[in-house]
Amino acid sequence: MQTIWFMLVAVTIAVYVVLDGFDLGAGIVQLLVARTDGERRQVLRSIGPVWDGNEVWLLAGGGTLYFAFPALYASSFSGFYLPLTMVLWLLILRGISIEFRNHIDSLVWKPFWDVVFGGASALLAIFFGAALGNVVRGVPLDNANEFFLPLWTNFGIGGAVGILDWYTVLVAVAAFATLTAHGALWVALKTEGELEQRARRVAQAGWWGLLPLTVAITWCSFAIQPRLSASFGARPWGYVFPLLAVAGLVGMRALHRRSIAPFLCSSLFIVGMLTSAAFGLYPYVLPSNLDPRLGLTVYNAAAAQYGLKVGLAWFIPGMLLATGYFVYTYRSFAGKVALEDEGH
Amino acid sequence: MDALTIHRLHFAFTVTFHYLFPQLTMGLALLLVALKTMALRTGDEHYNRAARFWARIFAINFAMGVVTGIPMEFQFGTNWARFSKYAGGVIGQTLAMEGVFSFFLESSFLGLFLFGENKLGPKGHWLAGFLVFLGSWLSGFFIVATDAWMQHPVGYALGPHGEILLSSFWALLLNPWLPWQYLHNMIGAVVTGSFGMAAVGAFYLLVKRAERYGQTFVRVGVIAGVAATVLMLFPTGDQQGKNIAFHQPPTLAAMEGLFKTEAGAPLALIGQPDVEKHRLDNPLVVPRALSFLTYQRWKAQVRGLDAFPPDRWPDNIPLLYFSYHIMVGLGTIFIAVMALAAVWLWRGRLFAQRKLLWLLMLCAPFPYIANTAGWITAETGRQPWLIYGLMRTPEGVSPHVSAGNALFTLIGFMGMYVVLAILFLLLVYREIEQGPEAV
Repeated sequence: MQTIWFMLVAVTIAVYVVLDGFDLGAGIVQLLVARTDGERRQVLRSIGPVWDGNEVWLLAGGGTLYFAFPALYASSFSGFYLPLTMVLWLLILRGISIEFRNHIDSLVWKPFWDVVFGGASALLAIFFGAALGNVVRGVPLDNANEFFLPLWTNFGIGGAVGILDWYTVLVAVAAFATLTAHGALWVALKTEGELEQRARRVAQAGWWGLLPLTVAITWCSFAIQPRLSASFGARPWGYVFPLLAVAGLVGMRALHRRSIAPFLCSSLFIVGMLTSAAFGLYPYVLPSNLDPRLGLTVYNAAAAQYGLKVGLAWFIPGMLLATGYFVYTYRSFAGKVALEDEGH
Repeated sequence: MDALTIHRLHFAFTVTFHYLFPQLTMGLALLLVALKTMALRTGDEHYNRAARFWARIFAINFAMGVVTGIPMEFQFGTNWARFSKYAGGVIGQTLAMEGVFSFFLESSFLGLFLFGENKLGPKGHWLAGFLVFLGSWLSGFFIVATDAWMQHPVGYALGPHGEILLSSFWALLLNPWLPWQYLHNMIGAVVTGSFGMAAVGAFYLLVKRAERYGQTFVRVGVIAGVAATVLMLFPTGDQQGKNIAFHQPPTLAAMEGLFKTEAGAPLALIGQPDVEKHRLDNPLVVPRALSFLTYQRWKAQVRGLDAFPPDRWPDNIPLLYFSYHIMVGLGTIFIAVMALAAVWLWRGRLFAQRKLLWLLMLCAPFPYIANTAGWITAETGRQPWLIYGLMRTPEGVSPHVSAGNALFTLIGFMGMYVVLAILFLLLVYREIEQGPEAV
């Protein structure tokens, strides 16, 4: 039962990263590809009706984590207190920059919110990458499974670490490159002409950055977290997850002239990387970097059986319903965005 | 200040600011459905335009609610880790259900409602609006269900390490505390929405602009408002008071400023509680009314604070007493204002009554104060418990987050929310200034 919930939470978070990933990425690339106000509007229009729904996956993932693994929620959220609060501030700034930009037509108002939107999106990609790096590396959990991490210490990766060390920074940079390429491919998919071409070039440049970064984080992850090789060694079928990531990465390059295929490949790459990390850490959900025997696992962090069982009864139909709304919304707004559309 | 005080202020500040927005969202969602229904029934484009105007304000308000709402869910983990660890198996259920059942619904169909009117057609657009309304009211349900469990925990068992385990899902959703608190809260949101709509309408009539819209807004606002203000007092407020009387008797005594147990207890209308001397200063009371309202008998005994050990008294009795009295006092005034406006509306002369229109316009901020005071009553009334009778507030806080770190983020939120408040007022003012004819 705990394992089922582990998979459900992992899938929800992976879906979140794929969906909100493209609108975070769109935020990053709009500063690079859109040169006129009309082009900026086109980028915003491509995510306008959906970004809010995409962000709901974060809330759904958080809520699911909360009731399925309350000890993990409590320990990780209070331990990562400062960066998580900053993530909240960035989400606030990003949300209002999207919603408020087009309300006032001024040469001061709009460029200001464009920069806020781009900056907050970029920093969020970096923070999320660093968070993933911290989970893979492990945190100094004590006997009560609690910890508190400062933002940085000496940038080493052993002992008294901070949220940022050279490994988590590396993962953060990789996350930034991933979401930049992912967002650029979304913008290319939803726009036409010059803007589409520029977005495709950004996606290509991002891909060349992504390639060495992927190799580097894979090698470093196996080097600093011995659980990964142990997991893949014990259950070799798990290599299917890294293979998905490789297929996605290759596909992004090989199919780069197609319209929707490269975006789907980049989604596959993200899902492959995240599921590889989840598979490699299982049954740990938050390892300790002090003592491998400590650490939160799906067993000692989970809620009681009864709650998990009734949760399943509403979670699965609820998520099917939510997926239905998503398919409907995306179909309603399918195709390239035109500027003459209604809406703000 | 110690860490506990800062963590409490942190939650109080962020949740108070947050709830300024959802109350208008939920109230306005109902009124938007009303406008869309009138458009569908009469086929008059006027009502569609009116709905489009309010949808623009709704969207700004909704965005504020979303961005200030995300920190609420996160704070359970960041600032109240022990509470989350021990009770997360129970309250995580309702919070996760909110995400799954209402946020997806709300956000998907709000996108369609705002961007897809042409694609959806009149009936489809009505349905999108209705689903946004349903999503926002479901969201309220799951949040109030969570709070109701903290006020009156049911359906749980204690685990081997002191953790609180869910033992009955249906007991959690059918908590006897929940229906009246939910209705009282939602109708409070309708009061905010209807006063807001009536105030904007009154403004247009007073400045003699967009007058047909002004009349529609005043009419819809007053009709919804007169019903909502009455329902606020009876039965929902009355029943919620009885919940407190039976399940949290020290809270009732503190709300009413009743320090001594009395048969035929008076109802204090005005007065200042003096907690040190255990008395109410400068009281103005209705004799025996508290006994009657609580037990329907004029001579019934009502337990005062002296009937309970001081460690079970709410820890801020003056704040609890004043917020409760502000809520009830404003609620009574709202009934009078809306009843007066409704009489003139019924006689067909409201739109020319400038004094009454002024009154309606100036009332707009007060439902926010009343709703906020109501929540302060509920939450300070729950003290000294985080989960009533089960976990005291100091036991729930994050043990490793220091006072300095908590103060840093509290100051950050304060700064950020000042900016948000200014932006919100600026943008809503611009929408009202541009008027319904511009959309």
